[in-house]
Amino acid sequence: MLLLGFSLNLSNPTFAQDDLLKMLEGEVVREKEVEFVSATFKTTRIIHGQSVEVIAPGNLNFLIQHRFGKINDGFQEFFGLDQATIRLGFEYGIVKNLNIGIGRSSFQKTYDGYLKYKMLQQSSGKQNFPMSVVLYTGMAMQGTKWVEPDRVNYTSSRMLYSFQVLLARKFSNALSIQLMPSMIHRNLVETVEDQNDVFAIGAGGRLKISNRISFNAEYYYQLPGSNADKTYNSVAIGFDIETGGHIFQLHVTNSKGMIEPYFISQTAGDISNGDLYFGFNINRVFTLRKQKQ
Amino acid sequence: MKNKLLIPFLLIFFWSSAFSQDKYFTRTGTISFFSESPMENIEAINHQVSSILDTQNGEIAVSAQMKGFEFEKALMQEHFNENYIESDKFPTATFKGTVIQFDITSLKENEPQEFDVEGELTIHGVTRPIKSKVRIVTEGNLIKGTSVFNIAVKDYDIKIPKAVINNIAEEVKTTIKLNLEPFQR
Repeated sequence: MLLLGFSLNLSNPTFAQDDLLKMLEGEVVREKEVEFVSATFKTTRIIHGQSVEVIAPGNLNFLIQHRFGKINDGFQEFFGLDQATIRLGFEYGIVKNLNIGIGRSSFQKTYDGYLKYKMLQQSSGKQNFPMSVVLYTGMAMQGTKWVEPDRVNYTSSRMLYSFQVLLARKFSNALSIQLMPSMIHRNLVETVEDQNDVFAIGAGGRLKISNRISFNAEYYYQLPGSNADKTYNSVAIGFDIETGGHIFQLHVTNSKGMIEPYFISQTAGDISNGDLYFGFNINRVFTLRKQKQ
Repeated sequence: MKNKLLIPFLLIFFWSSAFSQDKYFTRTGTISFFSESPMENIEAINHQVSSILDTQNGEIAVSAQMKGFEFEKALMQEHFNENYIESDKFPTATFKGTVIQFDITSLKENEPQEFDVEGELTIHGVTRPIKSKVRIVTEGNLIKGTSVFNIAVKDYDIKIPKAVINNIAEEVKTTIKLNLEPFQR
């Protein structure tokens, strides 16, 4: 009987170790903390539009964005590759959740600057919040020469403003969806029929197909009546490819411009006509200020 | 006759079971790891490691949340979680094992005592046996232990793409420091 008693308890060390591990896990669960969702998207853009991702404080993202000419311009134009337009941009994490960015597009020689603020982050655990909310405000200035130099031209006429609220939810490791109600304000428009204010609602998302590759798409529905000339809703689809330090984004879209005032309110590409532009972005993050550990 | 055997039997049964006041615990242990390669060095530290030590039999359990590892570069931390460790699938790393021939009476305040530790380490969903040495001192009512060992990244099914194969060492030097205090429960 005594021997049986001894053997029951001393013969199985892993059983007692499991008990110990369970006891430990019980202690840890007691103090469940808030868990914030990270990496809803791989980078700060879904394709050309803003995603809810912000650059970490002290880090700098260098963006080289290319948008080529129309693929249906044919072989002579090398399917649009001959007409490359480029945007160079920098975005910097000033403090946690706040980014400032600047850039210049060769298209219409446009200079742009913006602020992006992550107001709320999706979280689970002790504090449950269903989505991330980011506020975006940008302004852009066209640098092209005046069409009518003899007329009184105002610098303020060159200005374009954009405002967005980005709402995104990471549904799973693979799937994230975002909604972006947006507004563009143009100081000067061509005719009386064109509106200075353009309202739109964008929707986009990403689907990870491997740890480092995702399929992204975005669509901006422009409320009708904003422009005298026919403009179309911007559609873009593409892939994000993440290598050690870079994120490459290859895509196809019906928009020629790469900043909000252009692709949201001035998309002239008719998809049924095959007006598609190939583009690719390179994102490179530099750590200027290290995080405290 | 039966009664005379029953009480000693019960005493021995309960004495050798898990009911014991001699457990030590921490929730603020640290694990740091260091990967050295010609391209870059990777270093991270987790300040919220939990552990329980049963001083009666030397059994020890350690648990660490992968998302608790802090890196100097935010992007490195994101890649660690998203691509390498896949923290959403495998949030915790655990160790369960035994400090061989652990004897609480042999511990001293200023002179570290060295013991062998053996057990199973689980990272990224893969469990492997592991052996190491631990140096233990006491400080007041604390039991402080330190152990340094290497972890082979490949052993735990952590995939490294060819593009960055020169950036990550094959063996990562790992250091664990635990300051355990008597477990009040």
